Amino acid sequence: MNRPYHAAPLSRRTILKAAAAAGVAQFAAPFVITARAADTVKVGMIDPFTGVYAAVAQNELIGVKFAAEQVNAQGGVLGRQIELLVEDSANDVGTGVEKARKLIERDGIQFLIGDVNSAIALAIAQVSNEKKVLHIVSGGHTDGITGKDCHWNVYRVCNTTKMEANSVAELLFNKYGKKWHFITPDYAFGHTLQEAAVADLKKFGGTMTGNELTPLGTSDFSAYLIKARAANPDVLLVLPQGSDMVNCLKQIAQFGIEKQIHVAGLQQELESLEAMPPEARVGIWMFEWYWKQPGVEGVDKFVADIRKRSGGKVPTARTWFGYTSLMSFALVANREKTLDGVKLAKALGDFELPADVKLQPNKCYYRKGDHQLMTSSFVGQALKEGKSDPEDLFQVDSIVAGDKTSPPESETGCTLQWPA
Amino acid sequence: MRDRMIQLLLFNVTNGLIIGAFYVLMAIGLSLILNLSNVINFAHGGFLVIGGYIAYTLEPYLGFWGALVASPFLTAIIGLAVERLLISRVYGRDPLYGLLLTFGLAFVFEDGTRIIWGAQGKPFTIPAFLSQPLSNEFFFITGYRVFMVAMVTVMIALLFLLLRFTRAGIRIRAGTLDLETVAVLGVNARALRSLNFAVGIFLAGLSGVLAGGQLGLEPTMGAGLLMPSFIAIIVGGVGSLVGTLVGGLLIGVASGVTAVILPPASEAIMYVLMAVVLLVRPRGLFGEEGMLT
Amino acid sequence: MSEVNRKLAMLAAIWAALILAPLWMPLVGGYTALGTRVMVLGLAAMSVNFLLGFTGVLSFGHAAWFGLGAYGCGLLLKFVALSTPLGLLAGTLLGGVMGGLLGALIVRRRGVYFAMVTIAFGQVFYYIAFQWSSLTGGDDGLRPFYRQPLHLGVATVDILHDSTAFYYFVLVCFAFAAAAMGFILRSPFGRTMLAIRENERRARFLGIPVEMHIWIAFTLSCFFMAFAGSLYALVNNFADPRGLHYSQSGDFVMMAVLGGMRTFWGPLLGAVVFVMLQDYISSITINWQIFIGLFYVACVLFFPRGVLGILRRKATT
Repeated sequence: MNRPYHAAPLSRRTILKAAAAAGVAQFAAPFVITARAADTVKVGMIDPFTGVYAAVAQNELIGVKFAAEQVNAQGGVLGRQIELLVEDSANDVGTGVEKARKLIERDGIQFLIGDVNSAIALAIAQVSNEKKVLHIVSGGHTDGITGKDCHWNVYRVCNTTKMEANSVAELLFNKYGKKWHFITPDYAFGHTLQEAAVADLKKFGGTMTGNELTPLGTSDFSAYLIKARAANPDVLLVLPQGSDMVNCLKQIAQFGIEKQIHVAGLQQELESLEAMPPEARVGIWMFEWYWKQPGVEGVDKFVADIRKRSGGKVPTARTWFGYTSLMSFALVANREKTLDGVKLAKALGDFELPADVKLQPNKCYYRKGDHQLMTSSFVGQALKEGKSDPEDLFQVDSIVAGDKTSPPESETGCTLQWPA
Repeated sequence: MRDRMIQLLLFNVTNGLIIGAFYVLMAIGLSLILNLSNVINFAHGGFLVIGGYIAYTLEPYLGFWGALVASPFLTAIIGLAVERLLISRVYGRDPLYGLLLTFGLAFVFEDGTRIIWGAQGKPFTIPAFLSQPLSNEFFFITGYRVFMVAMVTVMIALLFLLLRFTRAGIRIRAGTLDLETVAVLGVNARALRSLNFAVGIFLAGLSGVLAGGQLGLEPTMGAGLLMPSFIAIIVGGVGSLVGTLVGGLLIGVASGVTAVILPPASEAIMYVLMAVVLLVRPRGLFGEEGMLT
Repeated sequence: MSEVNRKLAMLAAIWAALILAPLWMPLVGGYTALGTRVMVLGLAAMSVNFLLGFTGVLSFGHAAWFGLGAYGCGLLLKFVALSTPLGLLAGTLLGGVMGGLLGALIVRRRGVYFAMVTIAFGQVFYYIAFQWSSLTGGDDGLRPFYRQPLHLGVATVDILHDSTAFYYFVLVCFAFAAAAMGFILRSPFGRTMLAIRENERRARFLGIPVEMHIWIAFTLSCFFMAFAGSLYALVNNFADPRGLHYSQSGDFVMMAVLGGMRTFWGPLLGAVVFVMLQDYISSITINWQIFIGLFYVACVLFFPRGVLGILRRKATT
């Protein structure tokens, strides 16, 4: 079959069509670079805007953009406007590292935010550390970032896996049962999350009936669910994230497992709940931030502001991560009146977030010893349907302060080495 | 303990067959296109996603059943347009170009889906009576799964009947063996390939709707489902639709059973199976030597 | 200009551009680290092309050997010895040997079938790297390891912190690999590869052991690929499963086709264009994928011979 059966040359119309399609995409594409002004404070953000974490990364970007807008409206950082440079890590470490170098070496950013993917977060932290640039990891959860792989210039906003486990474990044990079965995504994040939860379980005196390790990107969980149900536990902990969790919960609901076993998990996100049909929204979870906090200062205004910028969608924990990351930098730089990386990193230790940024009832501060933000856990239950609002899919039962869920600094394995 | 193990194993064989049936649906479409047009359609996963999203969009207006019927046809029409405009231009050229073209299209589809429907996954609901287990003991056999297997069976049966008894079907089969000769005999090869491609994409679209009922609908879901289909084709033997059918079921069962015995290897087993087949029978289980070499 | 002179002029231009890159790149908005990356990816694309362009065999899973090279290098630096040259050696051996072993299994397949089998086997290694997290770090990647200073007898070069020094180190490695590749292609073996590409049946009738030759070409290509992968580990101080994924293979093949498949330097040019384009577009819009996808489509439809292929044809007509 070497002879082409027809070799119609591409008509001009086809080319025009392709050009038109590209043009349409141009308009549809939300351009992320703001105007480059001469004397600005450059802030870089790296997140996986394509690939499986695209939805959460895009929400972080909404938060970061809003923070930049707010800071700029209030006079900027040291009287200079913030210029946001956003790069897609494409969920790939090599690309992420490359973008970090580009932002730091070529664009000369003063502050770096990112990445959702723990592996990329760790890798770009290595770069920011090498170049002495203040860096806040907005959404990568793996313990190492503020544990054994910590750096003097790296802070983190979202929880560690240990904190997530500690926030839910006791409630689950006391209220729902002593025999736990795990469905764990088979990669570092999943392993640390599961180990943290098992450690708590053992401490309380419970037993683990089994641990199903599922490869990342598993679409069919039935084989694991069959095993889990056969083990007859009190609680089934679902630890996968993102689309894996959506798939798993969808199948749990179809199998009717939630009617026999308590379904629970540690980290849950609004992005995931919204991607599920109502019947799959079950279980006891922790949210890292939730948009409905009656009576807490500033939350309603924040929600209203974000809604204006996101096509009516409420902020998720991710939006808040992005917002808090940039606000922390702006606040501390304005307080210290400097952009020097080392000075800012020093000043951020023990820095407490003001009420209009922390947007939660408890005290919220960066810990000096490991650079972890002590932020609250919102523990509660998934709701099948939103009552007052279609996006109100979680009922918060308790809000646990960050320093209650976090292990002491001495146990994190972090030793900060400051530059001489 | 042993009884429970055997029971578990039985559960998983059945379950593996159910999963395998789904792989088959996807792989058969891929196989059809590969056999006749010599194009590895990397964009197959993209078409699957489009099928799912179209169904999601139509569901509020047509209901689940309406969407189930309409979506594969619409997807096939999109597929036809893509084939006419783009893919047909690489026919007869080095297979490399077909690969790169569809590889690029896969990017376009994924990002296009994200632009149109957003990066956030979408909840696709199925009728309540389908989303329940049939019995308490065999809780993993839900109405939806049975329905899926039934759909796959009917579609595959229809496809085989079509290929055996209709004029176009016979021509497609003949073209698979030697398209040049078929074309010389006066068959419009161009139309034949288009029809064949559209049928393949129809199956991808149907897979998308069916997958949407079981999995979360999101722009990247196609990529993960592509690899098992590849393996199904290789194991079954390139050029043989029966091979693809058997290959898909085989890897489904293998990964189902392995998930009981050695869970971390449940995905790896597919690759092991492929390596073994290639070692023992390099042309695949049903492949004929000389086919597509 | 005669053919020979033109070739020499082109060679001189390429090497001058590469040697002076740290000087001119910042002027056009580049940065040294980007230059290093492009060169490594270019070497990988040249390795793919060694097989694709000169033997006519399409492997669409070559990223596996690239990624294995990266892991080999990283594992050695992390667990065994703090030596950059040993890391390169380990990576090259790991990727090359594995490639050679699997190549023997699939060397009888051709065309799309070969492409498919290589994709699937590539995914095996992706899967292993992903799953064996105790050794490879799984999805979090292999870390921490760092490229080590070079001890040259007279002096020690710090290639970790000095990005220009590292660039030149990679350039030397690149030159070495390119020379080896060129040497093989000019040898009788290389000529036989071309003969197989042009007409496999005729080559077979001439008594050439085609399978053997393809296997050797495949294996050599894997070694080059693994060498590039080892360098890539040094570029990032990191190795992760994505480097083995078939989408990475697709990028390499695209670079080769874009630059010009049947030319020696084409893939390098393809890598320059591809990486720059991706880097540029992804800074402008988060929907860069659709543009890259359309770019793929456009290249296949309008420039199947690649940039150098077109230039060459213009020059000869």
